[in-house]
Amino acid sequence: MRGRGARYPVALTAIWLVAAIVAAEAHAEFEIVAQELSGRVSLEGRAFPETGIDPTHQRSYTTGFVVEPKLYLEEAEGSSFTLVPFFRYDSADSVRTHWDLREAYVLLFGELGEGEWEVRLGVDRVFWGVAESQHLVDIINQIDFLEHPNGEVKLGQPMVHVTWTGDWGALEFFGLPYHRPRIYPGQGGRLRFAGLVNRDQVEYESGAEEWHPDFAARYSHSFGPLDIGLSVFNGTSREASLICMPPACKLTGVSDVSNVWIPYYTQIRQFGLDAQLTLDAWLFKFEAMHRSGERNLLGREQEFVEEYMAAAVGASGFDDLAGTLREEEYMAAVVGGEYTFYSVFGSTADIGLLAEWNYDERGRRALPRRQPMTLDNDFFLGARFAFNDIQSTEITAAFLTDASRETRTLAVEFDRRLFDQWSLYAAANMILSIDPLDLQYVGRRDGFFEFHLEYNF
Amino acid sequence: MINAYSPRSVLLFVAPCLALLSWLGMPPLVHSATPEEIGLNIATAASDKDEGFGNFTATQVMVLRNKQGQESRRQLHVKVLEVADDGDKSLMLFDEPRDVKGTALLTHGHKQEADDQWLYLPALKRVKRISSSNKSGSFMGSEFSYEDLSTPEVEKFTYRYLRDEPCGDLTCTVTERFPVDKKASGYSRQVVWRDKDELRTWKVEYYDRKDAHLKTLTIGKYQQYLDKYWRAGEMNMVNHLTGKSTVLTWTDYQFRTKLKDRDFSKTGLKRAR
Repeated sequence: MRGRGARYPVALTAIWLVAAIVAAEAHAEFEIVAQELSGRVSLEGRAFPETGIDPTHQRSYTTGFVVEPKLYLEEAEGSSFTLVPFFRYDSADSVRTHWDLREAYVLLFGELGEGEWEVRLGVDRVFWGVAESQHLVDIINQIDFLEHPNGEVKLGQPMVHVTWTGDWGALEFFGLPYHRPRIYPGQGGRLRFAGLVNRDQVEYESGAEEWHPDFAARYSHSFGPLDIGLSVFNGTSREASLICMPPACKLTGVSDVSNVWIPYYTQIRQFGLDAQLTLDAWLFKFEAMHRSGERNLLGREQEFVEEYMAAAVGASGFDDLAGTLREEEYMAAVVGGEYTFYSVFGSTADIGLLAEWNYDERGRRALPRRQPMTLDNDFFLGARFAFNDIQSTEITAAFLTDASRETRTLAVEFDRRLFDQWSLYAAANMILSIDPLDLQYVGRRDGFFEFHLEYNF
Repeated sequence: MINAYSPRSVLLFVAPCLALLSWLGMPPLVHSATPEEIGLNIATAASDKDEGFGNFTATQVMVLRNKQGQESRRQLHVKVLEVADDGDKSLMLFDEPRDVKGTALLTHGHKQEADDQWLYLPALKRVKRISSSNKSGSFMGSEFSYEDLSTPEVEKFTYRYLRDEPCGDLTCTVTERFPVDKKASGYSRQVVWRDKDELRTWKVEYYDRKDAHLKTLTIGKYQQYLDKYWRAGEMNMVNHLTGKSTVLTWTDYQFRTKLKDRDFSKTGLKRAR
């Protein structure tokens, strides 16, 4: 790893030193009472039936593998250490060949009055929310964009995570000392913009750059059938504004494969709400967030072009370019539900039906949240067939359609255990149509099939 | 110890002696007990007998067998916390097959209303509240349904005592039980054999909604813990419709461990193992 990536181990080491000292203070003598090694190895392949936007570099198929072991150590008092490294090899894209520390944390907990405290110190992954079509309020971790454009897989995030639980619910505080930039596919990879995103130059609004201390908090509780979560995040955005700066990027737009864009991360504040009402076989879901501080080029193209011209002759710099972007304050929501028919037609199979509506106040200025969908006024329809057989066969289908534009995708997934430790996964990610007005129009030929043969140990 | 089970509060004061006397076939003191009363008394007595265990942990191994004799294995461990005046809380932690390892199911059982359930998915580190109305669905592809594995709370059934009959070296009472919430159950009725000495369940016959004899569960290898609480070592469920069967073996029972209420919270679920 070059550039910013190389600093990450330094950040980790610092966090580790703190973690080790605190852990050692808390438990002067370690006695490991339980240890366990588990994990998965997966052989994977992707095939793209259509030629990509950059045929001289991109390939139509790729093969590779994933190794993700998990080490767990527990001492006598119940405190534990979890380590989950991750490595992927990709035959077509050297950038997609990447490693990550998904988890490396010490977990401590104990009594606190009537309730309890819990501390997770190190690198971890955190999930917030209830919706299926997107994870709107979920913000602690950067997504691992190289793994899948749907954003389900996340990079490990260094953090101090303190939870205080009682009869009144759970209150969580997150101290996030280091920002993980999103890594975009390389020249040989599909599912990228036409151009590339610079990995060596990552720009931040904050002078502290990736070391800006971010904070987050969340309150969650269950009131009978209602589960609710209120959250706040203050810090570096997980989503970059991509900025075109001379000379690496020309004003030829998003469809020029030779452009190299600079990612720019601003300081944002986000308030989130997630709620689920569970009534019999019904799940009713709602997520909403309000965000301020994000920047957007859409709608400011003219000002940007003028500044670009000045930058091209050396009369202005990156900050001037970034300054032309519109600072945005907006809200977004997802509302929907899920209903499951159990043991259908006298069989053991269950069928779950899902429907969600995604809204973004920015409308056409909304940026893609689940590639290639912008989710500004988009419907999601899903179906899940769980056969409940010995092999746990499952088929899911997810259809997304933009109600105000001609963009539609369909993903069908198949999952089945072959033997006790082997399982098979196959998926078709289809782009049914894409609106020429969409930012993602350049990726219109990036529908793909995917296969995994997974061994779990 | 008498729990405040509201629907039978009238019975409570006289219940301990009256109940036992009547179902043991003694002449009733006040009026002649109906089969429904006797059935309820047996279920109540069995439930009362199990009170006070506090908490326990155990390991479950399931061997699933199809008609052709092919086998498949499941392994999980369970943690159960007794809750005064309400249903038990439980954690089920999956160990095998390995692709679901780390998945955990938290249940807050209730005597009257539907249970609360949360599923922890380790790959996403996501806690998902799930519907607990899936009572009749197969548990991990086995012949056991969720309903078969959850504690049969007294309040969730009505009862009818049928007869006494020998079961092995013991004498058993044979009682029918009918789900109160008919929608939530996959069965129209169950027939339960309990021995008169210790009120342990030895056999259950399950009848589907069309009243066809769907499954038979035989239970054995009972052991007593803390000199009081009987727990089964083996449960064999046979599906008469499909010819498939599942043998569930219980091992490593440990009572009154360090488990606390907080281990059965959503925060506790995320670190449970």
